[in-house]
Amino acid sequence: MSYLFDNFFSLTLTGLTLGAVYGLVALGYTLVYGVLRLINFAHSEVFMYGTFAALWAVMLLGGRSGAGVGSVVLWVLAMLAAAMVMSGLIAVALERFAYRPLRKRNAPPLIALISAIGASFVLAELMGLRDKLAKFVGLEVVLNNYVGRARDNAALPEIITPKPVFNIGDYAVTNVDILVLIGAIVVMVFLDQFTRRSRLGRGIRAVAQDPEAAALMGVNRDRVIQVTFLVGGLMAGVAATLYLLKIGVTRFDAGFTLGVKAFTAAVLGGIGNLRGALLGGFVLGLAENYGSALIGTEWKDVVAFLLLVVILLFRPTGLLGESLGRARA
Amino acid sequence: MIADRFKSLPLAVRILLWVLVGVFLFALPLLNIPVITTPDSDFGGVLFTVATYVLVALGLNIVVGYAGLLDLGYVGFYAVGAYSVAVLGSEHGHLPWLLTVPIAVVAALVSGIILGAPTLRVRGDYLAIVTLGFGEIIRLTAINSDWLGGNAGISNVPRPPSIEIGQIPHLDWSSGPPVVDLDTTTTFLKFGISDQIPYYWLALVVIAAVVFADILIKDSRVGRAWEATREDEDAAELMGVPTFKFKLLAFAMGAFIGGLSGALFAGKQGFISPGGFPLLLSILFIAAVVVGGAGNRWGVMLGAVVVAYFPERFREFQDWRVLVFGLALMLLAIFRPQGLLPPRRTIRAKKTDEKLEALEEGTTSA
Repeated sequence: MSYLFDNFFSLTLTGLTLGAVYGLVALGYTLVYGVLRLINFAHSEVFMYGTFAALWAVMLLGGRSGAGVGSVVLWVLAMLAAAMVMSGLIAVALERFAYRPLRKRNAPPLIALISAIGASFVLAELMGLRDKLAKFVGLEVVLNNYVGRARDNAALPEIITPKPVFNIGDYAVTNVDILVLIGAIVVMVFLDQFTRRSRLGRGIRAVAQDPEAAALMGVNRDRVIQVTFLVGGLMAGVAATLYLLKIGVTRFDAGFTLGVKAFTAAVLGGIGNLRGALLGGFVLGLAENYGSALIGTEWKDVVAFLLLVVILLFRPTGLLGESLGRARA
Repeated sequence: MIADRFKSLPLAVRILLWVLVGVFLFALPLLNIPVITTPDSDFGGVLFTVATYVLVALGLNIVVGYAGLLDLGYVGFYAVGAYSVAVLGSEHGHLPWLLTVPIAVVAALVSGIILGAPTLRVRGDYLAIVTLGFGEIIRLTAINSDWLGGNAGISNVPRPPSIEIGQIPHLDWSSGPPVVDLDTTTTFLKFGISDQIPYYWLALVVIAAVVFADILIKDSRVGRAWEATREDEDAAELMGVPTFKFKLLAFAMGAFIGGLSGALFAGKQGFISPGGFPLLLSILFIAAVVVGGAGNRWGVMLGAVVVAYFPERFREFQDWRVLVFGLALMLLAIFRPQGLLPPRRTIRAKKTDEKLEALEEGTTSA
């Protein structure tokens, strides 16, 4: 118990940074669920591809530690751009090839889950076999730095050295923490405003509320669904960049655990509810950290899932309730 | 339909066919038929793995197929079964395997009720994540608890009792036409380490019993109650079906069968560790059920065979098999969305839908 109080601020802050990443990935689950009533099981791979795109962007630009502010800003922006483009593309491709054919055939909902699981395997394995795929096209030597040791951890060069900026309690807040938290919050506010105010955001909420009525009102449903996947992918790209900056390594199967956590966060906050996803992410991140401080790090994930079960028992639709369409009209 | 043609045969012929299929399945590991037999791993062991998947699929089919509850943590029950056998038979007691099995299935059943009683009140998609969490909690508890052997797991799990009656020779195909190979034999019902065929036989017997029980339940009041609950919970409740009770029953029965499968697995393996029960296994179980056709017991058995057997058969393509498996799942979802063998009700419902549509269009005068 004393450990919890002694390290309260550091636990809180790392919990919040982790929670921000969970929340951003959870947005992807929640958006798609709100519009399609579908658990997009492959969203974790969308995130994972983002981490690799960010990593490769830095490698391509020759990122290294100890460079000036100008080049660091350039690298971070390049990571962000690469990750968002990559994740966005993967998410849209996923919708096009794994889900749209099913929708056109009116397949039962459970089969969409199978397609999602299949797509998830395919995407993860393509990344895990990238060395062999490069060999196929004869580029394994040229691309060795990028594709070599495809099943191991790939590490990001430490482009920003974590430096304490100021103290809260006895915890030194580093520049990386600040960057991750501020980045996440800016993106979240932007997305919130986008769905509330923009024309496309209204379309998304309309389809979530009542697909048929929305179609009758002239909303192009397929287009809206595509945009939903794209937005979810872009958010996953941001999350991937922040994750990589904070954690520093990625792997072909890095998406799986994080995906499960993010989905938990989405359900925790009320699936289909954007603000719920963010809240769920923060709550989950904090609960994990406090919980592991109380009863041991090895029980971290158990705490996360127990929390979920308990919350669902008392609030069966999550903390904020499920509503992409209804509330905030 | 093959099923209709089969049903129209005289009873004697039907029984004969069943017996033939049964004999063939029992003889399968002895026959060593080329192409089917796995070249890179022990065929008896592969068949046992396939059999445990079939058993799991039958149990999960009750939950997913009959009652329509999405369970993403089914591996949890499988683990509870396996761990009960291991803990009682090796780690904290020295009960023989036969005694541990009933305790293991009861433990799995109770864990199913404990998980189901609070969570079955939440709606379908939430149930998926809660069960997924349950599977993970079981695994993580096993990792973190020294009482359960921790990360290293538990060894010296008791094996089923052997009754050595006689030797059964295998067939040898290496020189063209098959010859009886008297040097390679399986001792009838010796549950040892090297020869895994007796475990497969044991699993087959258990599967037969479970299928029989499944047929009886599906056609009973309970089976109809599940179907009604799955199709429209509110309507079922209004018609006087206590839906919650029946959902809990489905959950408990599924857990029971999952635990049974885990107990078989532990008895054959002789050693279990948390690494053997990853979340991925739950996903594969779900895939087996949906690929085969949720709701049709023969379908899900076929699905289990597909999911368990093909990755073993194509072990020489080790690196690529998960990729190909994923592609196959996607293609299957697009081209056979009802599964390989859809349940008969789906076909019936489809015909009704077509009829209704035709009526609405006004193209028929019926």
